[in-house]
Parts: sequence; C-alpha cells; structure tokens
Amino acid sequence: MSELPIDWTKAAFSSDANPSFNDFVQRTAPVLLPQVTPGAGGMPEQPHGTTILALTYADGVIIAGDRRATSGYSIADRKIEKVFPADDYSAVAIAGAAGPAIDMVKLFRTELEHYEKVEGERLSLEGKANKLASMIKMNLPFAMQGFLVVPLFAGYDERRQAGRIFRYDGIGGRYEESDYHADGSGGMHARGSLKGRWRRGLNREDAVLTAVEALFDAAEEDVATGGPDLIRNIYPVVATVTAEGYRRVDDDEVGRAVDGAIADRREREERNR
Amino acid sequence: MSPMPYYVSPEQLMKDRADYARKGIARGKSIIAVECDEGILIVAENPSATLHKVSEIYDRIAFAAVGKYNEFENFRIAGVRLADLRGYAYDREDVSGRAIANAYAQTLGAIFTEQMKPYEVELLVAQVGSSQETDEMYRVMYDGSVSDEQGFMAMGGHAEALANDLQQGYRQQIGIGDAFTLAAKALAAADSGRTLTPANLEVAALERHRPRRTFRRYSDEEVGELLAQGS
Repeated sequence: MSELPIDWTKAAFSSDANPSFNDFVQRTAPVLLPQVTPGAGGMPEQPHGTTILALTYADGVIIAGDRRATSGYSIADRKIEKVFPADDYSAVAIAGAAGPAIDMVKLFRTELEHYEKVEGERLSLEGKANKLASMIKMNLPFAMQGFLVVPLFAGYDERRQAGRIFRYDGIGGRYEESDYHADGSGGMHARGSLKGRWRRGLNREDAVLTAVEALFDAAEEDVATGGPDLIRNIYPVVATVTAEGYRRVDDDEVGRAVDGAIADRREREERNR
Repeated sequence: MSPMPYYVSPEQLMKDRADYARKGIARGKSIIAVECDEGILIVAENPSATLHKVSEIYDRIAFAAVGKYNEFENFRIAGVRLADLRGYAYDREDVSGRAIANAYAQTLGAIFTEQMKPYEVELLVAQVGSSQETDEMYRVMYDGSVSDEQGFMAMGGHAEALANDLQQGYRQQIGIGDAFTLAAKALAAADSGRTLTPANLEVAALERHRPRRTFRRYSDEEVGELLAQGS
C-alpha cells in the first residue's frame, strides 16, 4: 500500500507549469493531505466551530465569527478564531469540524500564495472562490464521515471595486450572495438578524455594529454560539476587506460595538417591563 | 557498430563546459545585491517589465538570476515549490534560504556533469534576517558550487568590475537609498556610462521590518525617484 516517499527536490524541478500547490503536494507528499481511512467506525468527538457571517458595506465587505467551539455539549474552546485572511484581498471564515477546517484554510492560503508567486499575479476573486469550492469537494469523503466543513469566503474584487461574498454547501456547491450571509449552527438566527438590520451602503461603524448584533442574536438563540465574554474581554473576531486590503478590526472598536449592543438590549428590556 | 568516439580527458571536458557557461553568463546583463540597514536590496538590469529576474520565494527569501531566462525560470519555480512545501509540512519559520541554495546546487551540479550542455545561469538566494548580521546571501554557480557572500555581490556581465566599484563605496549599515545609488553608479560605469532609466531596471527588496512576506517590488515611479535622488 504505502509507497516510498518522493524526493522533494527532484519533484520540485519537474518542468510542468502547473501553478497549483495542492496538485504538487498530492504528487509529492500526499501524506500531508487529509487521509481517508475506510470503515473507521464510530466518530470520535471533536470540536465544532459555530457561527460565522459576512456582509457588504460601503467600503467593501465585513466578515466575522463568534469565539466558541463545542464538542458535544461541552465547550471545547472559548476563544477560537474562525476568521482568517486568505491573502491580501480576501478572507475566509469557517464553520463545522474545527480541525479539518483549520487545515483546509492553511492549504487554501498556501495555494493562493503559491499561485501568486509562480504566476506573478493574484488569482481573480472568482478564481479564488472556485479554488475553495474544489477543496470542499476534496473533503467530501470526510464530510460523509461527519467532518463537515462549511466555509464562508469574502473579498474585495479589485476589478469590480466592490466587496463580494461566496457561501458554500458541504459538498462544494458555490453560491454568491450580494448582500449578506451567515452560516454554522447559529447561522439561521444571525441571518434573521441581518435581514432586519442590513442596509445597502452601511458605513463602517454601522456595519461593525450590525455584525456584532447578528452574532449576539445568534448567541441568544443557539447554545453552541458564544456571546461576548465580558469577564475575560473575549469579543467576536471582525475583519474588513476593502481596497486597502484585509484588516482585522481591533478589540477596542469591537468592544465599543458590543457595549453599544448591550446598552441597546438593556434599554429595550426596561421599556418592555 | 558505431565508431569509437575520440578520447577527451575529463579535465578538458569540464574545462570546455565551464568556459562555455562562463562566456554565456558574462555576455548577459548584470545584477547587484546589497545588504543594507532596511533589508536586502536587489537591482537588476532588465528591459522587460514582465519577465522578471528578481522574485519572491518565501517570507524572507528572494531569488535573482542572470543568464538564460528559460533555464533559470525553472529554478525559480522549483524554489517556490520547495519553500511552500516545507512551510506547509513543518512551519513557516522552518523554511531557510540555505536549504533552497543547496537544492539549486545539487541540481546544477548534476546538470553540469551529466548533460552535454551546461546551464548558463548564476543564481542568488538572499535571506533577510532580523539585523544585518543575520542576513544571508548564497551565490550558486553554473557548476553547482556555492559561496556565501557578505555585504554585497554582483553577477552576470562585468561582475568583477561591479564588485570592485561596490567594494569602494560599501559600508556597514548603509541606507537603502545610498545602496541604490551605489548599485546604479556601478551599473552605469560598467556599461561605459550608459544612462539608467526605470524602464531598464528591475528593483526589489526584502524589507527587514515587514511582517510575514518581506519581498517588495519597486514601481517605476519609485525607481525614478531613487535615480533622481542619486544624481
């Protein structure tokens, strides 16, 4: 079954012009990619990431995620990060099986950087979105075993000069969303919240607040989604992708949005008493 | 039965190949690399805006080459593949310029001894450190020999004359602007006072204090400004 490892140096010098890192690893060091073990039997318990969302706004796109990972009914991690820069002008957020999802992001980031270096220019945003779809398809055997990974991809399209959002299903179907989307266990509730609050051309401050409110709403309805942790100052990860590239919104700014959301909710409760 | 080939001594064979490669490289354009305060600056004579001679390999590693484009382009891509594979298999910190230079040396050495025609290329693998003392530059020759360069290096046509000029003007902790002026003056002098323009120069740097990917290409406007400052 097992083959002798291939000489990396020899493989690197093969004269084919394929700019895909994934294909190169598959040829050279397939053990580095996820391996399927047929008939593995029962699923081991493993952490799951929960709610992620993205929305377009005036300057581009906002992408955000809560900080909780669950394993069955336990909290596996209270400060996990589910939002990552994919390259300078795009970002990916992950929901589903946390370990395979983080591996998928690592492979995706390397794939984009590899292409950029070999070809001398970045893939188009559409090309990046398609590449991610093919990685989800690669993950299909794992999805069948329960390791489902559902990412959300958002970026700034340098040609169209606009933020764009792509969502996926578990088997690699790719769908573009023009306004907003949320995924993961609390995704349904976050989508409901976004439906009520999202407006075209939101400014940055309102867009950050909208993201924080939607995650808050999801956390109130879904046990697997973490709300802001005011004891440990753990806030959702919020990032913007604009013409200036990927920027993480710093904790102070997210903290202010969280404080605003809390004050707002408190006031509403008082009024209804 | 084929006739017996004429006997050629191994010494003569290697010498002929080496002469052939050396001549090919010396006919071509030149590249200068200088370790300076802000990082490692690489200046190449290159009239093409798209066929690069200086490129990014990894976070802190750059590649530069003189000689035949079709021959060194394969080395550039192999370097990117090896670096990305190592970084993916282990960690980004575990990718080193020395390992890439070794891979180049092995491959060029094998080509030199096994193939009729040697490659007419000379390569530079530069790796920027946290300070100038930890910068590394490896020169890999057509026959696979490697040397470790300190401070500055020149390769391609007029390499010796360029190195002499650089030796005159180089000092530790030189600023990147001064380093550019030094390199540009040497290039112009070596080519009997030819005027340099942004269109015939390719300039890039590994910028020491950038996070993650330190490689940056200079735009034509930036090169124009640097040229204006130096004159």
